[in-house]
Amino acid sequence: MAFDKQRFIIAISLLTAFLSYSFYIYSSLPVKDYHISEQSNNGKMVWQKYNCIACHQLYGLGGYLGPDLTNVYGIRDTYYIRSFIQNGTNIMPAFHLSDKETTELISFFKTINETGSSDPRTFTIQPNGTIKQ
Amino acid sequence: MEPLNNSRLSVSKFFIIFGMLLLGVGMIFGLIGAIQYIIPGYLKTYLSFEKVRPLHVSLVIFWILFGATGGVLTYLQEHSGRPLYSVSLAKTQLFIFAITTLIILASYVAGSFGGREYWEFNPVLALPILVGWILFIINVTRTAKSWKGQPVYWWMWLTGAVFFLFTFLESYLWVFPYFRENIINDMTVQWKSYGSMVGAWNMLLYGSSIYLMGKISGNQNYGHSKIAFLLYFTGLFNLMFNWGHHIYTLPTHHFIKNISYAVSMTELFIFGRIIFLWQKSLTTAMKHYHHMAYRFLVASEVWVFLSLLLAIAMSIPAINVYTHGTHITVAHTMGATIGINSFLILAFAFDILNNSCVNFDGFKNQFNKAFWLSNISLFVFWLSLVAAGILKSSWLMSVDRTPFAAMVYSLKPYFEVFMISGLFLLSGMLWILYLMLKNQLRCYFRQVLGRNISDSSI
Repeated sequence: MAFDKQRFIIAISLLTAFLSYSFYIYSSLPVKDYHISEQSNNGKMVWQKYNCIACHQLYGLGGYLGPDLTNVYGIRDTYYIRSFIQNGTNIMPAFHLSDKETTELISFFKTINETGSSDPRTFTIQPNGTIKQ
Repeated sequence: MEPLNNSRLSVSKFFIIFGMLLLGVGMIFGLIGAIQYIIPGYLKTYLSFEKVRPLHVSLVIFWILFGATGGVLTYLQEHSGRPLYSVSLAKTQLFIFAITTLIILASYVAGSFGGREYWEFNPVLALPILVGWILFIINVTRTAKSWKGQPVYWWMWLTGAVFFLFTFLESYLWVFPYFRENIINDMTVQWKSYGSMVGAWNMLLYGSSIYLMGKISGNQNYGHSKIAFLLYFTGLFNLMFNWGHHIYTLPTHHFIKNISYAVSMTELFIFGRIIFLWQKSLTTAMKHYHHMAYRFLVASEVWVFLSLLLAIAMSIPAINVYTHGTHITVAHTMGATIGINSFLILAFAFDILNNSCVNFDGFKNQFNKAFWLSNISLFVFWLSLVAAGILKSSWLMSVDRTPFAAMVYSLKPYFEVFMISGLFLLSGMLWILYLMLKNQLRCYFRQVLGRNISDSSI
């Protein structure tokens, strides 16, 4: 019976810690002051609508058939990006995005490029095993 | 209570049978995806990769959910010595899940997406899954007579069921602009939910595997031992707090990363215990080698070892920076979902479906071949992904990167091994599924349609 009580106490303590941690994260999201244009917001929904994450990555997360696009806006000009989106490649289909959707998607690329770099070469490894961006 | 592996086709068996069908189809889409890696543009017009990947991923995730549910519902009854609190609720859950899965698959083919990793379907379709899961929780919590004195696997079932609900809801917080608008905020919460969600379904599966292990050995003492609870709480601690290793490279809160790094290191305790008990596990494995369910449990232990090894390494940020965004992550995922999750569910399937119409012992020779074919090809498959990942990592870190397409082309030989070993893996797994499912379909025809079908062969 004492063992039962111990288990309940540990479980309740862990659960309380988890819920507190979760709600702290929800209430203190990492980026607080930001302005994101409606165009960029719509671009994010275009990204989701065409399921771009199946082949591409953002910050290394997503599918691996295509390249990581976190900083594509920073390394390619908009004509290049527009041409890729509209024409596709021998692997990527042309999704026939409208001009508006293409512009919105590029705006989303611009926004995410401004959040940071996903290039691992830019990270510094600390002696304690953590990394600094 | 008597073991439920009699000839009656119960609702819990249908969960497993339906799940096996999903696995079979899901693996075929996996092979198509692998072919698209080595033949650019293959099926691009009708079934391009942005459709194939969610078809594969969703089918496999639903196989895990169906299999986990079937296992828990069966073993919960055996353990408690009582029938389910409500068979009607379980049937309703099965119906909701089955219909929703089919709608989701059709939506992918039609090109309609929600566009999120894992749950790539329209968010509206999450609602029936949510309702179905609540029905499952009601059955899990109400079937046992009392919450007192319960063994560790019962705790794991309860934990898995409740945390899946929590993380599933959490993974849809993005529908609110507060969470969605900023991509860093969105990805932080998204991977918080996903990291814990995998832990939740692992709780369901590991709980059932501990129960099954005890059932085969005839000794359920382990489920009540202090060490079992210590490992359970270590697992729960990791489920709650180690998800940050997915987002070490994301510019998010540093404390999330540091907590995850520290908590992940407690997995070394689990890892050490596996090594410590290796000899004992091997002796027990030899003793029960004839038992197909046990053999899959042992195979999953080997894959736990390999997956945990990779997981612990990837939880160290200094190593993660090299593995993140490479096929080493895919190797870890494949090893875990096939070698651990799927093998565990197949062990449950062998135990639960055996003697439905036919005793599986008559087909041991074929199962044996398929078992080894699956395991050896999975190992080659896993190695090819690790090798491709190492090369991609070296490309990511190189000062003068070649173009992305050139890097992908240089990995082609590894993708060919990946595809060929995947083909053998698919053959081995389909062989196992075929032997088991054909048997079950005979039951179905006999019981539901009243046909007289001979038991003499499957």
